[in-house]
Amino acid sequence: MGQIHLEKVRKAFGEAVIIPELDLQIEDGEFVVFVGPSGCGKSTLLRLIAGLEDVTGGQIVIDGQDATELPPAKRGLAMVFQSYALYPHMSVRKNIAFPLKMAGMDQAEINRRVDYAAKTLNLDNYIDRRPAQLSGGQRQRVAIGRAIVREPAAFLFDEPLSNLDAALRVGMRLEISELHQRLKTTMVYVTHDQVEAMTMADKIVVLRAGHIEQVGSPLELYSAPRNTFVAGFIGSPKMNQLGGAEAARYNAETIGIRPEHLRLSTTEGTWKGTVKVSEHLGSDTFLHVESPVHDEPLTVRADGEFPVHAGDVVYLTPEEDKIHRFDAKGLAIR
Amino acid sequence: MATLHTKSAARAMMAPAVIVLLIWMIVPLAMTLYFSTLNYTLYNPFSTPFIGFENYTYFLQDPTFLAALANTLILVLGVLAITVIGGILIALLLDQEFYGVNIVRLLVIAPFFVMPTVAALVWKNMMMNPVYGVIGQFLQAIGLAPIDWMTELPLLSIIIIVAWQWLPFATLILLTALQSLSEDQKEAAEMDGAGALSIFWYITLPHMSRAITVVILIQTIFLLSIYAEILVTTQGGPGSQSTNITYLVAQQATSYGDIGAASAGGIVAVILANIVAIFLVRLIGKNLDA
Ligand SMILES: Nc1ncnc2c1ncn2[C@@H]1O[C@H](COP(=O)(O)OP(=O)(O)OP(=O)(O)O)[C@@H](O)[C@H]1O
Ligand SMILES: [Mg+2]
Repeated sequence: MGQIHLEKVRKAFGEAVIIPELDLQIEDGEFVVFVGPSGCGKSTLLRLIAGLEDVTGGQIVIDGQDATELPPAKRGLAMVFQSYALYPHMSVRKNIAFPLKMAGMDQAEINRRVDYAAKTLNLDNYIDRRPAQLSGGQRQRVAIGRAIVREPAAFLFDEPLSNLDAALRVGMRLEISELHQRLKTTMVYVTHDQVEAMTMADKIVVLRAGHIEQVGSPLELYSAPRNTFVAGFIGSPKMNQLGGAEAARYNAETIGIRPEHLRLSTTEGTWKGTVKVSEHLGSDTFLHVESPVHDEPLTVRADGEFPVHAGDVVYLTPEEDKIHRFDAKGLAIR
Repeated sequence: MATLHTKSAARAMMAPAVIVLLIWMIVPLAMTLYFSTLNYTLYNPFSTPFIGFENYTYFLQDPTFLAALANTLILVLGVLAITVIGGILIALLLDQEFYGVNIVRLLVIAPFFVMPTVAALVWKNMMMNPVYGVIGQFLQAIGLAPIDWMTELPLLSIIIIVAWQWLPFATLILLTALQSLSEDQKEAAEMDGAGALSIFWYITLPHMSRAITVVILIQTIFLLSIYAEILVTTQGGPGSQSTNITYLVAQQATSYGDIGAASAGGIVAVILANIVAIFLVRLIGKNLDA
């Protein structure tokens, strides 16, 4: 079980209100990702759920039980910190065994569980080393190992991969996803990485200044963003947002069109522009095109190689059914 | 570039300092060794015949020597125990956020700035004097008999005075260690179900072990040579109840005018200090690497 309901949760540090009033339902077995710009309160929200911060108002209900006043250890949740927070003077084995030891479990059962966790996470070879003797990825695995031995109702991750290099991050991302497939335990995951959010989540929660802007599956957020903020935040490269006359043609204050939904041509199209920067990746081509319809360059993505370079003239045609329309308040018009 | 050339240049640059330091150390040591083999008293400083190891046998066979050795160890261990345990407790307290914590921190450090002789005199006359000392007055106020510290508990008195002087040092070092403990680790332990005591025992204390080692090593060096506090309070007495090796050595020279025996005692003290140092480094020095 791992059902977490936040009801009218508020958090203020003194005068500063970080989370105004927030409702959120996390169902059992879900992989929920919190995304949002830096300082929007993702970590704070996670720490509220963990019990490391006290709520200023509202209720946190875990598995139908009011957990608002419970100390962290009693909530049955496990957390993986961005800094890993391993105990430096303990071996990997002792690190993983620590929560079990604190729970007063008998040594045989502790050994059984630690060995099992070590095997699942490929930690066997350095089980007797200290954290200082491990690489970043290995430390991350130990931190996850320490979390899984407790068999918690839910895992909380605060940007667990942000200290790893790009290649390792991809690997660990897969491992965590696999772990979720296997354990089917609720996971709440904070990140500001687009790709992590899109690939791992069952449900993404987009936060801005402590407010939930939208909750939904990755594809829902991608294809039907509720407002301009979500539209700009989800998807990489960012959605192009145009105002003025072009938007008025579609009866909207702002229109949005994703880089992959602009068709490219060197001969004809709706909008004429000049290539400012071209990025050729082989698999994709990204162009930044200056055009009179918008004061900022438009980002365009073409599949495969598209042979144009800075200074060349190109024509862009938006795919009509992929245009997002927003009203004066920035809300989507459906 | 750490090439051969830069290395030899570095050596040449360091040579004068190293040579001066060597002379600084070697000359007194050699002089002491030399004096320790002479029958050299201040009553007859012009005749100093060579007598071999006689000064050593005299010093080591002096019944006061064993007492002084025991006193030295009790003094060092007692002060270490009080300062380390007390230092940890005060550091834990000062690590909390409370109103006026900065002023309290400053006050705690203050004893370190008081000179040893002054501190000892203040303790002797204002705190421990049975008639008008604060402790005596307090004991009388609650209906107990006052204690004449300097004669009844001379060694304990000195331990208390010295511990008071060194507590700030221990506290300061341990407090900085405590403050460098990452909040994440404590929170992780909290999530793992550790209570306040378990966090202290399994997380905080191991984190501080290196600082504790430093405190023990540095203090031991200084505590082996406590002198001023004894001189201005008990003068080693009553009898030799509060005489440590350092005081005994000084006594040979100042009270008996026996430079030869004092030198021999000095060499014995150096050897003892080295034995203690080797022990300490073996025992806890491994905390310093890694
Ligand atoms: N202990 C605290 N006291 C006062 N303000 C705090 C405290 N902790 C966090 N804040 C404030 O709360 C806001 C949200 O912080 P939080 O750490 O939750 O952001 P975040 O979304 O995790 O950002 P990031 O992506 O940079 O980690 C920030 O403006 C921060 O300054
Ligand atoms: Mg954060």
